[in-house]
Amino acid sequence: MRLKPVDCDVHPAVSGTRALLPYLDGYWSDTVQMVMPGIQQLELNSYPPGAPLSVRPDWRPPQGKAAGDLAQLRTHVLDPFDVSFAICNPLFGAQVLFHDYLAAALCTAVNDWMAAEWLDREPRLRASIVVSTVDPDRAADEIERRAADPRFVQVLLLAGSEMPLGRRYHWPIYRAAERHGLPIGIHAGSMFRHPPTQSGFPSYLAEDYAAQAQVFASQLSSLIAEGVFAKFPDLKVVLMESGVTWLPGFMWRFGKDWRGVRSEVPWIDRPPADIVRDHVRLTIQPFDAPPDPAVVQRIIEHFGSDDLLLFATDYPHWQFDGDDALPPGLPAGLVQKIMVDNAFDTYPRLKESMP
Amino acid sequence: MTTALLDRANAPARDARLWVVDCDIHPAARARTDLMPFLSERWRAHLAGIGPRAAQPLSGAIPWPRMNIGNGRRLDALPPSGGPAASDLGFMQAQHLDANGIEYGILQPLSAGGNTLDLEFGAALCSATNDWQLEAWVKPEPRLKASLSVPQEYPEAAVREIERRAGDPAFAQIELKPRTIEPIGRRRYWPIFAAAEAAGLPLSFHSAAYGPHANSGGGWMPFYIEEHYAFANNIQTVVTSLVMEGVFERFAGLKVVCVEGGFAWAPTLAWRLDKVWAHSRAELPHVKRPPSEYIREHVWYTTQPVEEPEQPQHLRDVMDWLGWDRLMFSTDYPHWDYDDPRFAFKIRMSDAEKEKIFRGNAKALYRLP
Repeated sequence: MRLKPVDCDVHPAVSGTRALLPYLDGYWSDTVQMVMPGIQQLELNSYPPGAPLSVRPDWRPPQGKAAGDLAQLRTHVLDPFDVSFAICNPLFGAQVLFHDYLAAALCTAVNDWMAAEWLDREPRLRASIVVSTVDPDRAADEIERRAADPRFVQVLLLAGSEMPLGRRYHWPIYRAAERHGLPIGIHAGSMFRHPPTQSGFPSYLAEDYAAQAQVFASQLSSLIAEGVFAKFPDLKVVLMESGVTWLPGFMWRFGKDWRGVRSEVPWIDRPPADIVRDHVRLTIQPFDAPPDPAVVQRIIEHFGSDDLLLFATDYPHWQFDGDDALPPGLPAGLVQKIMVDNAFDTYPRLKESMP
Repeated sequence: MTTALLDRANAPARDARLWVVDCDIHPAARARTDLMPFLSERWRAHLAGIGPRAAQPLSGAIPWPRMNIGNGRRLDALPPSGGPAASDLGFMQAQHLDANGIEYGILQPLSAGGNTLDLEFGAALCSATNDWQLEAWVKPEPRLKASLSVPQEYPEAAVREIERRAGDPAFAQIELKPRTIEPIGRRRYWPIFAAAEAAGLPLSFHSAAYGPHANSGGGWMPFYIEEHYAFANNIQTVVTSLVMEGVFERFAGLKVVCVEGGFAWAPTLAWRLDKVWAHSRAELPHVKRPPSEYIREHVWYTTQPVEEPEQPQHLRDVMDWLGWDRLMFSTDYPHWDYDDPRFAFKIRMSDAEKEKIFRGNAKALYRLP
């Protein structure tokens, strides 16, 4: 049977904490209704809902939330891109709260909500398990609980974390993910514990957005330097909405750094670029290149692999217009890998859960 | 760690036809007391007492072992006369300037003044560093040019220092730290840009360890390998902030040099900014043209540490995208990750390309005779 494309990054919107009431117990339901009226929306500051970057103009509904219901998702993505699957990454404020019990309760509720209101109703949808890194043990518990449902295919973290993602503090999450064949999906966005730059918070959303690429680069350096892939050899990491074209420069510079000071990190026993190609995947929007096929072809050659890129629309974020979701000039064989094969290789649960 | 990757004894001699402008040399004081003659009595006492304090946990040291036996410096650069690497002009001349055919060397003194929390003391340190560069280095060795240290978090004093030295050809550029308290394009720094533009001096941003904010958007990273990689990030923040705050619209004559941040990130940053800008026009009405155009016109890059692709030819793609007129060779002498002009580039270059990168671009930017 011929497989159809997989959209590896779409963002169904939680309309607010009230939508989660059916999935919260009495205590948390009371808390949300009675003492949280001022923070009911829990929108990430990384994606202000009215910002042009957050919603493509023709994907913004006249009223209500963009990507807020299944009808929109079908009309804008599932049908026109004729996907076999789309992987849902709900970007929701539960992941950035300080209160660890509240964060965990809301993450669990989001996952229940995802299963009941999206996955049960649309067989083409798969989802990431939303967890809070404020308490990694509890996050691992949530992964264990959710792993029984094969429609959950990865774990969702935000790039702008409280501590570098490679640090041992986070390892219970990786241990649970590896055990169940779940990649760690790291998505753009921040907990705002630290500025995205080494010179403080920038003035403009546009700068904050642009700086996400360097946040990802540092997180990748952290995962490699701390030995996460030596400790968890079957773990895959998917960088989502990270931008793509910065990666070769990262491999060249970080590889040179490794040759210079590798005695500091003796558990890295091979060039970082090889580790990247074995363990790291990137969704293709945004790609960040000029619309020149010759340039795109050169960049693709710099990766040294056809396995790294995964098709994604990043719906409803504004990355491209029309149905132009791929950069120009990709060879046909590579298009097949990006659209289909690489996703099925990265997410083993996709095939396991096929009808 | 101590395995030599390069057999220096049997290395080829320098190409005698190639004269080099080295855009990043780090002169060292023999001891902190070298600055004393250039400080007032009050600040001499302060330097001997509390000393310079920056926002870092160790006094006078970065909190990472640099994981090489010279603590960040080439062991073979230690002068036979004693003292730290690059503290002896005679040995620097013999080992580096003469041996490598250096026509001009641009000093980067990495003054502690720019990061010093006591602003008045920081200003005094910068000024003393400038006097010391002239007396200890530029006057005795005219191949060397100084970089004007200024306390960037104290723009009023920075402007005074720039105005005081403007017109002195001993200074090739201004030295700023890329890791600032606020992104460098924000309004508080604009008086420095006005003074730099009026003085006709480029602004250089030399990557440096440690700053007032965490070294990644995910907090402090524990290893030197991560910190050193992240130099490439802090220099991207400089370029991004200057463009997105409209600094190049306001100061059309401003020129910026990114020092020791590498350069393979530059084309991809420009592409990313162009795309974000196109979708953010309402937020950025003061940025009138695509970011890549400002970057192409206003930004230069020193080459060390040259990124090393697995396929060396891939570096040529980056150089084509960036512009061969914007790259300026640098060694970072005497630091451990020094680039030797004979070996730094693993690609073939035409004589015309070499002339630009090793010499011509820097001579044009710094107006060197």
